[in-house]
Amino acid sequence: MSERPQLPERLRAEFSELLTHYPERQAALIPALHRCQEELGGWLTPDTLEALAEFFGLEPVEVFGVASFYPMFQLRPVGKHMVAVCHNIACELRGAEDVLREACRVTGAKPGQPSSDGRFSVMRVECQGACTAAPMLVLDGVFHENLATADVARVLGSVR
Amino acid sequence: MSATPLKREVYLLSRIDLPDSHTLSVYKANGGYQALEKVLTGGFTPAQVIQLVKDSGLRGRGGAGFSTGLKWSFMPDVAKDARPRYLAVNADESEPGTCKDRVLMEKDPHGLIEGILVACYAMRVKTAYVYVRGEYRLSYERVAAAVQEARAAGLIGQKILGTDFACDIWMHKGAGAYICGEETGLMESLEGKRGHPRPKPPFPAGSGLWKSPTTVNNVETLCNVPFVITRGAEWFKSLGTPKSPGNILIGISGHVERPGVYELPLGISARSVLEECAGGVWKGRTLKAWIPGGSSTGLLPGAKIDVAMDHDSIREAGSMLGTGAMIMLDETACTVRAMQVISRFYDHESCGQCSQCREGTQWLAQIFARLERGQGRMEDIELLSSLANGMAPAKTICALADAAAIPTHAIVKNFRAELEEHVRLGRCPLGSAHEAAELEEAHA
Repeated sequence: MSERPQLPERLRAEFSELLTHYPERQAALIPALHRCQEELGGWLTPDTLEALAEFFGLEPVEVFGVASFYPMFQLRPVGKHMVAVCHNIACELRGAEDVLREACRVTGAKPGQPSSDGRFSVMRVECQGACTAAPMLVLDGVFHENLATADVARVLGSVR
Repeated sequence: MSATPLKREVYLLSRIDLPDSHTLSVYKANGGYQALEKVLTGGFTPAQVIQLVKDSGLRGRGGAGFSTGLKWSFMPDVAKDARPRYLAVNADESEPGTCKDRVLMEKDPHGLIEGILVACYAMRVKTAYVYVRGEYRLSYERVAAAVQEARAAGLIGQKILGTDFACDIWMHKGAGAYICGEETGLMESLEGKRGHPRPKPPFPAGSGLWKSPTTVNNVETLCNVPFVITRGAEWFKSLGTPKSPGNILIGISGHVERPGVYELPLGISARSVLEECAGGVWKGRTLKAWIPGGSSTGLLPGAKIDVAMDHDSIREAGSMLGTGAMIMLDETACTVRAMQVISRFYDHESCGQCSQCREGTQWLAQIFARLERGQGRMEDIELLSSLANGMAPAKTICALADAAAIPTHAIVKNFRAELEEHVRLGRCPLGSAHEAAELEEAHA
C-alpha cells in the first residue's frame, strides 16, 4: 500500500486557521470540503477525502458520509466548467426546461454527465434562490439570471 | 380586511439603491450602527433590549413567525449557566420561491451585522456564526467583507465601541441541502455533520450548537432589529397589522410582468402585490393559482387573491404566509405539473431519517409524475390524501414531511377537478410540454 494521501501544505495552513473559529475540529469540515473541491480539480477524489479524514482525525467513511449528503460536493469526475440549471418551480414556470435543453445542446453534455470533450458538466439543481430572476443557470459558481433560451449559448461561450 | 389603508414606509431596503450600499462608510453615513451605539452606550441592559424587541411584536421572518423577543428570552440566565452561548444566523434561504435574504446580504450586509451584534448583546452571546447557503457566493463574499470591515473598525471583537461588550462573528458556508435551513439541521451541519434534524426537545436555547445554549434567527428578522432599537416599538407597531407588525420582504415570481422582491407592510393585500408591484399577470393572462409563501404553502385558486398577506389572514384563507414568497401561475399553467416539480423537490431534499418522510415524499413525487404523464388512476387522488395524512402533522422529527404534505392536501382540495381530468383523458389537458422521461433522468 502506498503512503496515505496528504493535503497540500497551503490548505493545511488555511484549515489550521479555520479551526480557530470553532470549539470543535469537525465544524471546519464542510468549509474544508469546499476549498478542496475548488483547489484540487473540481471534485472530491477518494484521496482528497482520505487526506481530509487524516487532517480532521476522522475515519474516511465519516468524511465520505458528510460529503455525500450535500449536493454541492461532487464525488465523481466533472467537466472543467460546471453548469447548474435550476429546475424548481419558479424557474420551471418561466422556461427552465428550455434553458436546460439548450445548455445540453450547446455543450454536448447530458444532465449529470461530463461532455465527451471534458469541458462541461450540466447539472439539474434545486432552487438556487434566484426565483424573481428566473430562469437562471449557474456557471462555475456565478449566477446568470433572467435568461432567454437564446442567451444560453452566449453565457456558456464566455468560457469556451 | 382593515378599512384604514396600511402605512407605507420603506426601511429594510431603504439603502439598497445607494452606490456601494454594502460598504461600512455608506452604511454609517446613512444611520448605520446607531442602534448598536444606543444599546451599548445608552444604558440599556440586555434584558431591556429583549423587552423592547418583545414589545415591538417582531415575529421571525424565516417562515414560522414566532415572536423574536420571546425566542431570545428562552436563553438561560448567564448567572446560572456558564456554558458558552451561540447565535446561529440562518442564511440558508432555500424554500423555493424565496430570495429575499439574498437582497439584504448582497446590498446591506452591515445591517445584518448590526442586527447580529444587538442580538448577541441582548442574549449575552459572544460568538455568532452566519450560515450562508453554499450557492450564495456573492452574499457570502459581501457579508464576509463587511465582517472584516467591521472588525477593523472595532465593531466586532473585544471592547466594542470602547465598552466591555465582546463579540465575534464567523462566516460559515453550507453546501446545498434544503434541510439545513431547519434550525436543528443547520446546527448539525455547522458542527460538520450530515444535516439531520434533531428531535425537539431539547430546544436550541437549552442545548444547541455543541450542546450549548443557541438561538437561531433568520437574516431578515435580524435586519429588522436595528430599526426597532432606533425607532422604537411604537413606530414598529405603526406598520403592518396588530398581530403581525412591521414590514416584510415579499418576493413575487412566476407568471407576472415584474417579478421582484418588494418591501411591504404585513397585511398588504396579495392583489396589490400582484397588480401594483408586479404589474399583474404577464401577457395579459388571468391568474389560475398562486402560492402565498414558498412551495411548502398550499396552492390557492387565483380567485382567492383578495387576501391580506399576514400570518393569520393567510391561514384563514387556507394556506400559510411562510416566507412571503408568492409564486403565480397563469391560466396556461398545469397545477399537476407544478406539484410534480414541487414534490420532486421534497423527495430530493428529505434527509431520510424518518420513514414517513423518506418514503412519503418519494411516493408523492412518483404519483404526481404518473398523473402528469397521464398514467394515473382515480384512486391515486385518495392515495395522495392518505399519504399526506400519514406524513403530517407532527409525525416526524422535523417539518419537511409537512412541507410536502401541505401542498398535496391543497391541490386535492382546490384543484381536484384538474387531477381527475388528467386521469380521465390519460394525458395532461394543458399539454404541458415536458417529457416525463426527461424529468426522471434528473435523479440518475
